[in-house]
Amino acid sequence: MKPFTASRITYYVSRFTFYVFLLLLIFAAAKTALAQQPTPSDDDVNAIARQLYCPVCENTPLDVCPTQACAQWRDLIRQMLAEGKSADEIEQYFVENYGARVLSEPPRTGLNWLVYILPPVAFLAGAYILYRAFRSWRALDKQAAAQEGSAPPLPADEYVARLEEELRKRK
Amino acid sequence: MIADFGYGVLVVTFLLALFSVGTAVYGARTKSYLPERGRSQSGRWAESARRAMLLTFPLVTLASLALIYLLVTGQYGYQYVYSVTSNSMPMYLKITALWGGQAGSLLFWSWLMSAFASAVMLRKWERDREFLPWVIVVLSLTLAFFLALTIFFENPFASWWQTASGEVAAMFRPAGALPLTPSDGMGLNPLLRHPGMIIHPPMLYLGFVSFVIPYAFAIAALITGRSDDRWIRITRRWTLVAWLFLSMGLVLGARWAYDVLGWGGYWGWDPVEISAFMPWLTGTAFLHSVMIQEKRGMLKQWNMLLVILTYDLVIFGTFLTRSGVLSSVHAFAQSAIGPLFFAFIGLTLVSSVSLLVYRWNDLKAEVEMKSMLSREALFLLNNLLFMGVLIVCFWGVIFPLISELVTNQKVTVGPPFYERAAAPLFGALMLLMGIAPLSAWGHSTLKTLGRAVWKPALAAALVVVAVFAAGIHNAVALIGFGLVALVIFVTLYEFWRGGMARHRTTGENFFTALWHLAGRNRRRYGGYLIHISMVLMAIGILGMQVFQTETQGAIPQGSSLALAGYMVKFDSVAQFDSAGGRNVTRAVVSVYKGDQYLGDLYPRRDYFYESGQPMTIPGVRSTLADDLYVILVDWQPISAIGATFKVYHNPLVNWLWIGSLVFIFGTLVAAWPEKIRET
Repeated sequence: MKPFTASRITYYVSRFTFYVFLLLLIFAAAKTALAQQPTPSDDDVNAIARQLYCPVCENTPLDVCPTQACAQWRDLIRQMLAEGKSADEIEQYFVENYGARVLSEPPRTGLNWLVYILPPVAFLAGAYILYRAFRSWRALDKQAAAQEGSAPPLPADEYVARLEEELRKRK
Repeated sequence: MIADFGYGVLVVTFLLALFSVGTAVYGARTKSYLPERGRSQSGRWAESARRAMLLTFPLVTLASLALIYLLVTGQYGYQYVYSVTSNSMPMYLKITALWGGQAGSLLFWSWLMSAFASAVMLRKWERDREFLPWVIVVLSLTLAFFLALTIFFENPFASWWQTASGEVAAMFRPAGALPLTPSDGMGLNPLLRHPGMIIHPPMLYLGFVSFVIPYAFAIAALITGRSDDRWIRITRRWTLVAWLFLSMGLVLGARWAYDVLGWGGYWGWDPVEISAFMPWLTGTAFLHSVMIQEKRGMLKQWNMLLVILTYDLVIFGTFLTRSGVLSSVHAFAQSAIGPLFFAFIGLTLVSSVSLLVYRWNDLKAEVEMKSMLSREALFLLNNLLFMGVLIVCFWGVIFPLISELVTNQKVTVGPPFYERAAAPLFGALMLLMGIAPLSAWGHSTLKTLGRAVWKPALAAALVVVAVFAAGIHNAVALIGFGLVALVIFVTLYEFWRGGMARHRTTGENFFTALWHLAGRNRRRYGGYLIHISMVLMAIGILGMQVFQTETQGAIPQGSSLALAGYMVKFDSVAQFDSAGGRNVTRAVVSVYKGDQYLGDLYPRRDYFYESGQPMTIPGVRSTLADDLYVILVDWQPISAIGATFKVYHNPLVNWLWIGSLVFIFGTLVAAWPEKIRET
């Protein structure tokens, strides 16, 4: 067994370094090659801009905003796409620079949860109140029916109903 | 001179409105509205209030005419005239600039309000004298509020003054100031120079102000303690008319957005749109639930609450769009009228609801709900769904303001939020539209309802199968088209059933029978037409939501963009000056489907010199099946890149506009006076 001499170690280290360096070169080349894909199309840009809101105008999506500023922001998106940034990264960039208002919905954090929770809760509460009201009405109705024996049959015909309604009013 | 006159008239009208509030209250307290006291000394009080109210319309008309005169004659020494008109604007735009800006549109609001208030005063009051003073109080207070905004804060008659410290706008000459008269004005925002924008605000405002009338009668009923459905019967037609105007206002706004804003759509869930949509939601719920009160004597408290909500949402909508609160909560605090609006809404809401609570027990139902499948139960469910949409809308508009106040963070609540929440609710409403007309008042069981509904439901299921077989596999589209089919079949089935029943009993032929039947039940059959119109609109909305596609590209002359089987070929682009102070860049593109040439479109971009604003006018090819909507985004006349176009393919969107025409027809049928007048 050969002893590990200093020169041998140096040899291995330098070879290892060489391979690592080569690998890095290949990666870098690949990345440049990837980045040099054809410039992103308008549709690619709009696909991302549509999800974002103009940071200066009120409630205008970035893909349709006609202002010069927005045209520049769209160019920025194009540039970032060309650099190989993902949609999430671009969105993140806009949020960091212009605040959460560029998103089409409030981010799901902290106080913002209220915007998502309150409407369904209110709706369910309304549904529950309505359900309880039905229950109590039916209970009352059954009581009344039990007391009177049987409730008078309701007029089936709409004309009769209308007639009765008018008679009731004339009283 | 004319301006001073207009302003003076407004002040007089304001005082007159306050006078009529005072006399009406005094008249009510001394019961001077009663016929036997009509001629007595005290009996004149209510009549005096009524006449004062009648007078407000001619007076506000005079003030509005004064402003129109200033606008038309181009007196740019007045701030409002300066800000909304210019020399290059045609006459009709100068007139309609009356509602083109803040101060003018508040005056316009008052004008329409006074027109409706005066019209109500002209009705026959013999049977409901006790309502009269309180109706006057509500109408006068509302009118006085808007007049006060105009007189004290948003005065359209204020003129420019040159002072040592700069230019100021004021009604009266500040010390040491000289009058200032610019030679030309700023001109109306170019986006507003469109026929849709000219009639959209009046329609919306008409809808807004006419909802004040049912509210006034509701409050009168609450105060006088008259718990029957008289107030509902009196205001039924007013409510329908209000609803018609509001709906038309919304549709016209959508059409304007589609034609002028150049983003391929008609509705963006913008807070301004939603602020007009919210009273529509409660108003629609109200139109349905009043029927339960009329037929069954139930839900009196709920109807009161709905009409109160509608009124305050009307004021709230005006507040949202007029106070600047939407751009920033802090703008609201700075604007003079924001806090006033806020106080007015709070005051009316609290006092109306307190009144309702005070009368709560008098408004108990005469009969109770019997079945969860009865017509009235389904109407209640309909109300719940409308309230659900309202909560989503209200919260979506309010939340960004709360967020800004609490955390100082601005957020956007955009279409994804509303669509996710509202789509299932609208779907459920359509399902109800399909089922409810077949359920009976009072008793209805699963068996009777099932027997009525299975045929149309089967036909609708066949439609879904056919749509699926045609290659549309999107779940939302399948459910949507199924519901549309269900509503159409159920409604036609109802027409057929009614017509046949009358045909059998009277021997008239089917169509004559149907005609007479519809004539005797205008409200019912008008309502059915409205249901059909709603699902026709739903077809358009589904088409846009599910199937809209778009593409954008920069292409040289002679090349084309392809989308959804269409080819849009760029032929030429030209730039020229045009009337109205605008520079027009107009492209010519030819549209092909496959090899077939379909015609030319002219997408253009107008640039307004005065305001420095661009306006994008799309070129649209519209058919029943789809719209091809081409926008000129950018152009480089000399370079090889040519021009950038954005092309939208909007399937079925035309049905939205067709539906809205059917809607107008249906509402007119429902609101048309019957031969034997009920009131």
